[in-house]
Amino acid sequence: MTDLTDLGIADIRNGVAAGTFTAVEVAEAFNAAVAAAQPALNAFIVTTPDAALDAARRVDAARAAGQALGKMAGVPIGMKDLFATKGVQTTAASKILAGFTPEYESTVSQNLWNAGAGMLGKLNLDQFAMGSSNETSAFGNVISPWRRPNDTAPLAPGGSSGGSSAAIAARLCPAATGTDTGGSIRQPAAFTGIAGIKPTYGRCSRWGVVAFASSLDQAGPMARSVQDCAIMLEAMAGFDPKDSTSLDLPVPEWEAGLNPSMAGKRVGIPREYRLDGMDPDVAKSWDDGIAWLKDAGAEIVEVSLPHTKYALPTYYIIAPAEASSNLARYDGVRYGLRDLPDGAGLQDMYAATRAAGFGPEVKRRIMIGTYVLSAGFYDAYYTQAQKVRALIARDFELAFQHCDVILAPTAPTAAFALGEKSDDPLAMYLNDVFSVPASLAGLPAMSVPAGLDRQGLPLGLQVIGQAFDEQGVLNAGLALEQRAGFTAKPAKWW
Amino acid sequence: MSVDTATVAKIASLARIKVSDAEVAAMVPELNGILAWVEQLGEVDVTGVEPMTAVIPNQLRLRDDAVTDGGIRDAVLANAPAPEHGFFGVPKVIE
Repeated sequence: MTDLTDLGIADIRNGVAAGTFTAVEVAEAFNAAVAAAQPALNAFIVTTPDAALDAARRVDAARAAGQALGKMAGVPIGMKDLFATKGVQTTAASKILAGFTPEYESTVSQNLWNAGAGMLGKLNLDQFAMGSSNETSAFGNVISPWRRPNDTAPLAPGGSSGGSSAAIAARLCPAATGTDTGGSIRQPAAFTGIAGIKPTYGRCSRWGVVAFASSLDQAGPMARSVQDCAIMLEAMAGFDPKDSTSLDLPVPEWEAGLNPSMAGKRVGIPREYRLDGMDPDVAKSWDDGIAWLKDAGAEIVEVSLPHTKYALPTYYIIAPAEASSNLARYDGVRYGLRDLPDGAGLQDMYAATRAAGFGPEVKRRIMIGTYVLSAGFYDAYYTQAQKVRALIARDFELAFQHCDVILAPTAPTAAFALGEKSDDPLAMYLNDVFSVPASLAGLPAMSVPAGLDRQGLPLGLQVIGQAFDEQGVLNAGLALEQRAGFTAKPAKWW
Repeated sequence: MSVDTATVAKIASLARIKVSDAEVAAMVPELNGILAWVEQLGEVDVTGVEPMTAVIPNQLRLRDDAVTDGGIRDAVLANAPAPEHGFFGVPKVIE
């Protein structure tokens, strides 16, 4: 019998529906894989084997009763610990939320349970999703299952959805939720040789998702194939009256619409993304991607996104500004940590609680955000950044007059070692150079595995689409996936 | 623009984060590095550009003016660090 943990969403869903195996067998196999890997990889903050089994039993019972099964029936998944889950600790990987047990369920996770998925556990992440290496979690680093050859140095699984990416690459779950504010789905997917898509801003409800930067935050699926991403995105997406920015649009049938032919499609190659001193392996994988899409029938056109170099500085004003406002709610009054020094008043309690609860990177971003929003600096920093953001979005609009999708690398390098960049915030921020522009413009974008670099580590290719055109992004992703033939997986050492 | 220790201490106070003098001293060069880097936005010509407020065109909806939930006091207080008599407890505010 095949190892059930090697199967993806489609294979599990189809196998359960056909009776090849039961949902309980699948849940048991993944529960065992999660438990065995937890000490070495630290991908989960809490594991919920009983929740996975309960969901599986319901699916098996529904099948036995001849009832219609959901899109994700029998598929156990990992849930990034940024989604509120009723009765299960939700922390955003921060000490300030340690022990917080929501009385409600996020819309996206509820949608997935309604589709028949089950929860293996809550996945580790960068604290409040702020980071690119999963080194800012208060619950310890996540270790990538990938290693350089003959080298046991622990590598970063990417961030912020680093628990999600590590768990999927290590076959601890077939898929997981991610959230993407500036690249937090795509960069970890690229680092670990898996796929992930950030849909158009507003496709997935933000209700019940711990807020980082509300104008950028968007949930999406991470899995090992483009088809699996399409299935899971269908289950996650949908209009939600509880999120004021939710798109009131029907959810397309992305899986049924998958088509790897790029005939008649134009693929834009942004000239500003070809940076001086670009990693030669990244440049080569980009050239491979261009050749693959040409082979799939696409016409390749050069496009220009002239404000690309301003995307990162724009992001590092807007995201911290929104974060400083969103994170004001953690004050030790209504939930989470409270630090009340002897004799302290209310203001002292706020300051002590926030000092004790937030990690250094979170504090750094709250400080930056507070500064750029403060009287006298608001226009020079924040308003200026909002104007440049409008120009970045306009760059994409103009480029999409000449092409249907844009192809670029996902990240400037393959995975780096833990500790390699953690002393220099700016060096860490530069990791998001290719992923941030699409976030600022609210566009759908996905990463698919392209191959291995000279060290044997995965590289990702990024497809950026027009607003609402997830189908175009998935189809180009499928064309790349079929030609990349990426089958590498990390050798099991954990 | 760059920040000094007094400004960093002021920002920390506005952000309600208690910081030690040593932490302030460590934050000054870090924040200055980041601020110097984001200041390159000043060179972009934004004449006539409206600041972006919504990334995807969307209409803000109004819902019916009706009670949709409530009566869940215990659930609201379930995670409070110091609930008292059905309220959030806080240290004395009025001297």
